[in-house]
Amino acid sequence: MAGGSLPRRHVMAGVLAERPDDLLVITGLGTPTYDVAACGDSERNFYLWGAMGSALPLGLGLALARPDNRVLVVTGDGELLMALGALATVGVRRPENLSLLVLDNEAYGETGGQDSHTAAQIDLCAVALGCRWLRAETFAEEAALEGLRGFLLDRPGPALAVAKIGRGEEPRVLPSRDGHELRSRFRRALRGEDGLSE
Amino acid sequence: MSAAIDWAPDDWRRDVYEALKRVEVRQVAYVPDAGHASLIAACRADPEIQATVLTTEEEAAGVLAGADLGGQRGALLMQSSGVGNCINAFTLLQNCGFPFLTLITMRGEWAEFNPWQVPMGRATPASLDLADFLQYRVERPEDAGPVVEAAARTAFDCDRAAAVLLTQRLIGAKVF
Repeated sequence: MAGGSLPRRHVMAGVLAERPDDLLVITGLGTPTYDVAACGDSERNFYLWGAMGSALPLGLGLALARPDNRVLVVTGDGELLMALGALATVGVRRPENLSLLVLDNEAYGETGGQDSHTAAQIDLCAVALGCRWLRAETFAEEAALEGLRGFLLDRPGPALAVAKIGRGEEPRVLPSRDGHELRSRFRRALRGEDGLSE
Repeated sequence: MSAAIDWAPDDWRRDVYEALKRVEVRQVAYVPDAGHASLIAACRADPEIQATVLTTEEEAAGVLAGADLGGQRGALLMQSSGVGNCINAFTLLQNCGFPFLTLITMRGEWAEFNPWQVPMGRATPASLDLADFLQYRVERPEDAGPVVEAAARTAFDCDRAAAVLLTQRLIGAKVF
């Protein structure tokens, strides 16, 4: 079987440990949502539970609206493949504050582990670079993970990191599924930052 | 208030643009369309508006939801054929209560020459209804500005999805 070997929760924890206050995180539906939630819930996280393919477009709209915040989209290979055109849409706008982490297990883990396109060596980084993303890099080795957080959070984007993770499942950590509440608390958190009232 | 483009003297899209400005739309996502051409040009020329060209209309649900999370209002400009691309993405709006404003140029309903435009044109109002949109039709040029402003206020003040259907009779049937 093809695929990577990095432990997904270890990858995620390395990026979100001691997370900066200005960081806003969007998650694609499925296991990436659980992975981000497992690092600790935050009102500055917005979890998608549906609308597959919407994570990167949502990150783009947020990054354009909040140029002083870093926006990190965390999603899976299958979710991004459903919206491959969004890589081109981002490439036209090129927001410096947008980063995308793909937890790539080369499979649709939620639906029975069927191979995704990346199992056939479809190269998401090559697509992103072809779409004029500033940086795109595959992280497959434990030793390289040291640089992942800085790659995503400290340097200008748009930046794509593809982490080649293993297919093993982790205990599910389920954040709120109430979309209205997730929207309200996120907006409230940012309004507080601006000193605006309700 | 008007952007730095040369409007044709009787272009009702100028009224639409000024309505969008009055309700403080800051992001406009669009798929290129002849009926929206001057409005798209005005938005692109406006330094207060971030205009994002999409590869497919369904990206707009995410883009404009992201704008809302960041405290900005947005609008999607598309053709009726694009509505059919959006159905699953529109569930994002219903599940989270995102406000959403879209202006839709209609095809397939008034002196249409291309039979391939008719099925989606006919399915557009029902599709929007299934996605729980409020719908407003504009038949006359003088109504375009006020209707867009009314739809926008309802969308943004009531956290609802609203669609303004700019009819083919208003736009003028496409001729080859």
